Amino acid sequence: MEYWIAFLVGGFVCGIAQLMIDRTNFSQIHVIAGLVSAGAILGALGWYDRLVDIAGAGALLPMSGFGFLLVKGIWSYGAEHGWMGIGTGIFQFVGLELSFAIVLSFFTALICKPRG
Amino acid sequence: MRLRDNYQKAVKQFQPKPPYVVNSLKAFVSGGLLCVLGEALKKWYINGFGVSQEVAEHWMMLTVISLAILLTGIGMYDTFSQFAGAGATALLSGFANSLVSAAMEHRSEGWVSGVANHMFKIGGAAIVYGIVVAYVLGVVYYIM
Repeated sequence: MEYWIAFLVGGFVCGIAQLMIDRTNFSQIHVIAGLVSAGAILGALGWYDRLVDIAGAGALLPMSGFGFLLVKGIWSYGAEHGWMGIGTGIFQFVGLELSFAIVLSFFTALICKPRG
Repeated sequence: MRLRDNYQKAVKQFQPKPPYVVNSLKAFVSGGLLCVLGEALKKWYINGFGVSQEVAEHWMMLTVISLAILLTGIGMYDTFSQFAGAGATALLSGFANSLVSAAMEHRSEGWVSGVANHMFKIGGAAIVYGIVVAYVLGVVYYIM
């Protein structure tokens, strides 16, 4: 059952994103930036937290999960550290993925050549 | 302005109409299947390795990112994303793919001004907008 919910939620986000790329003038970059902003706003309202509880990876893997993790870091770190938690906590959860992606991308670009 | 409108109208009938429904269905199915793979990985990490839910979520995202980067390195992610469209690019794997493909594309220009400079050409939008929106929301939350 959890797999079905993950499939439906993740697929729904991707389907809407594809429809927006096709029907409107937005490019892929606009849609990704919009998804991240929407995830951050929904995370601040506290709704995305519940979606992650229900859908698991289906809510975390789309780019809106990235925005949610940014906000979640501020919320959980800022509760203890006041205003300094905004800047420090913003990378609390997402820093793991971001730094890993940057380092691995760098070394992959070191080894692999582009094709096509 | 008039000419521009006329041009837009005149050129519209010659543009091929993208198959909206088929494209979205492809994105829906492939994006959903990637999320199912992530969910299965998460379950496997929780049950097989006995880690907590939060750690398993991070491991799952790291696995998806490294899978996307390795597939981009050997040139297979491009074929997949041509089929899946937003089903491949709107996910975290698409973000990793945009970083590494931009870095690989400009590696001939050097390690600093090529790879490092161009790495965030596409993925930078997600980072900038995410941080700006989250920071503003954090300031609002702190004031209130």
